Amino acid sequence: MSEWRYWFAEQRGTLLALGIFVVMFIIYTANHPAGFTANVVQTAANKGVLLAFVAMAQTLVVITAGIDLSVGMIFLLTNCLASWIVVGTPMETALGVVAVLLVGALCGALNGAIVIYGRLQPIVATIATGAIYYGLALLLRPTPGGSVNEDLADALTTKLFGFMPASLVTLLAVVLVVWVPFSRSVYGRAAYASGSSEIAAYMSGMPIRRGKFMAYTLSGLLAAVGGLFLTFFTYTGEAAYASGSAYTLFSIAAVVLGGVSLFGGKGSLIGAIFGAFAFRTIGDLLFVFDFEPLWQPLFQGVVLLLAVSLGAFALFRVRNRLEWFG
Amino acid sequence: MSDTTTSGSQASRMPRFVRRFDPAVATAFGCILMLLVVGSIYSTSFLSPEYLLQQLKVASFLGVIATGMMLVVLLGQIDLSVPWVVSTGAMMACAAAAMGPLGGLLAIPFGVLCGVLIGLVNGFGVAYLRIPSMIITLATNAVAQGLMVVYTGGFSPQDSAPEAMRWLATGFLVPGVPNAVIVWAIIGAATVFALTRTTFGRSVYGIGNQERAAYLSGVDTRRIVLIAFAVAGGLSAFGGVLLAGYASKAAQSMGDAYLLPAIAAVVLGGTSILGGRGSYLGTVAGVILITLLQSILSVMQMPEAGRQITYGIVIVIMLLLYGRAPATR
Repeated sequence: MSEWRYWFAEQRGTLLALGIFVVMFIIYTANHPAGFTANVVQTAANKGVLLAFVAMAQTLVVITAGIDLSVGMIFLLTNCLASWIVVGTPMETALGVVAVLLVGALCGALNGAIVIYGRLQPIVATIATGAIYYGLALLLRPTPGGSVNEDLADALTTKLFGFMPASLVTLLAVVLVVWVPFSRSVYGRAAYASGSSEIAAYMSGMPIRRGKFMAYTLSGLLAAVGGLFLTFFTYTGEAAYASGSAYTLFSIAAVVLGGVSLFGGKGSLIGAIFGAFAFRTIGDLLFVFDFEPLWQPLFQGVVLLLAVSLGAFALFRVRNRLEWFG
Repeated sequence: MSDTTTSGSQASRMPRFVRRFDPAVATAFGCILMLLVVGSIYSTSFLSPEYLLQQLKVASFLGVIATGMMLVVLLGQIDLSVPWVVSTGAMMACAAAAMGPLGGLLAIPFGVLCGVLIGLVNGFGVAYLRIPSMIITLATNAVAQGLMVVYTGGFSPQDSAPEAMRWLATGFLVPGVPNAVIVWAIIGAATVFALTRTTFGRSVYGIGNQERAAYLSGVDTRRIVLIAFAVAGGLSAFGGVLLAGYASKAAQSMGDAYLLPAIAAVVLGGTSILGGRGSYLGTVAGVILITLLQSILSVMQMPEAGRQITYGIVIVIMLLLYGRAPATR
């Protein structure tokens, strides 16, 4: 019995995110003119996975008690790159995909190297590298354009067997290939441990530097998967500053909704995925209730503000006033 | 940190004015001189008084915004709501001016007040709810953006800046010196006074060094943090008001270009991003450095992409030179 209690305590954030998402999605489909159909689910899934990938990227860094304000820009950069090189014969396309993923991982590794080996604050370092990635994206696509291998794009955004969105299957595959091995490895454990107490993890001889470096690198890789999917949906590349910063912002909201602690060491990628789906559904709710689209940014901003304020409930668990002042 | 103790023992043998000079500020001023030399190679008019005064005028908008950012960074926090607070200040001031003669009179205070209100929300979240500052300020940035999108209907606002705002940004009270520079000088002098001669300033440094210790020595740390964020919001909005006066209208994303430069100016001026250490002179140096860098990149006709990349690289390199945290031991 007590085993269950531990499991439940560990997964509480994730389960809460799942709960929020299910409730939101039921309200959404109940009010949608088409109702709960395969097409509605497919559209929702395709919009949701973009944010889910970026939120997963953010989670990996947040777990190490850092924050990545460049995820949105890596997402843009890989989108712009993919609109150049994911074209042509199947062989060329495959090479292009690999190259895009490598570039994403490289961006993440650069963030990691600057933060870990350069010992800079993640927030300033990633604002600066974000500017670099955005500049590179602009170099690649000064104006929106480009193309993508449409067969591959359609295959990954359609429905499998008539009901299962292929994008969700890809999401599951990425979780199984990237997250499960990492979180079970020594490096994953070290990333978690350094997020919860860097000194303690260091003292107990965990490979915290390599663990954190892996987390940053994989974060760039996941953001690149998101960038690829953006290209698959839009068939073009576009270096839109506002879109990049919005994705960075929303990824933080999704992470918080997904029960990942911004102070590090707590939470899972699965929670962040449901957090992202929930956040997207909240944004879409306005449309089914016939609100003017103009109100959407404000509504999302307020949801974001409330979501991050939820983290403040820790304040009420403080026993001693001194605990307020770190 | 070990390097502060060694430089301290060396410094005690040096004359006093050298001892007081921060190496980071010296580096920043050295870079400014270097940029001036490089600029004068590209263009002969680069060193003319008119051009330099023009640069100083452009720098003063960033200077006002960076002043607020510096206050917050000294606390060990950060304000990421700058982009839309700048836009809100500009749009609300122009909107008030469109209301009639009384609105025109109150345009500047109203714009600044809107910024103070957003700053108060930030400060309340950080000081009383203990939300990490980068999170709450990102959220208020999104809310401010949402409010402005609803207000303007998604288009650029039609209102134009009133005469008073244009005069404040581009007029000449003292012949030869643009008003914006005078405004920055006044705000800078007030900030230097507040930081070095008042209990508020001492408390800001104290909280940045060790909030718990400041609290235990009787400082109402939460109130100080609240005030600092409110002032930072007001200054960002005031920067927006000046910018609107300069461009004679407000625009949707006019603040986007100011977040990174404001943080960069503060950090390049030797203010520790962890708080508690830094001088206003350094921030002035950082602001001028950033403005000259921008100016040279535009003289070289570098496109936006190249500017962003250069910015990022310069900031990372300068941070690696003197912004590193101590290693885990």
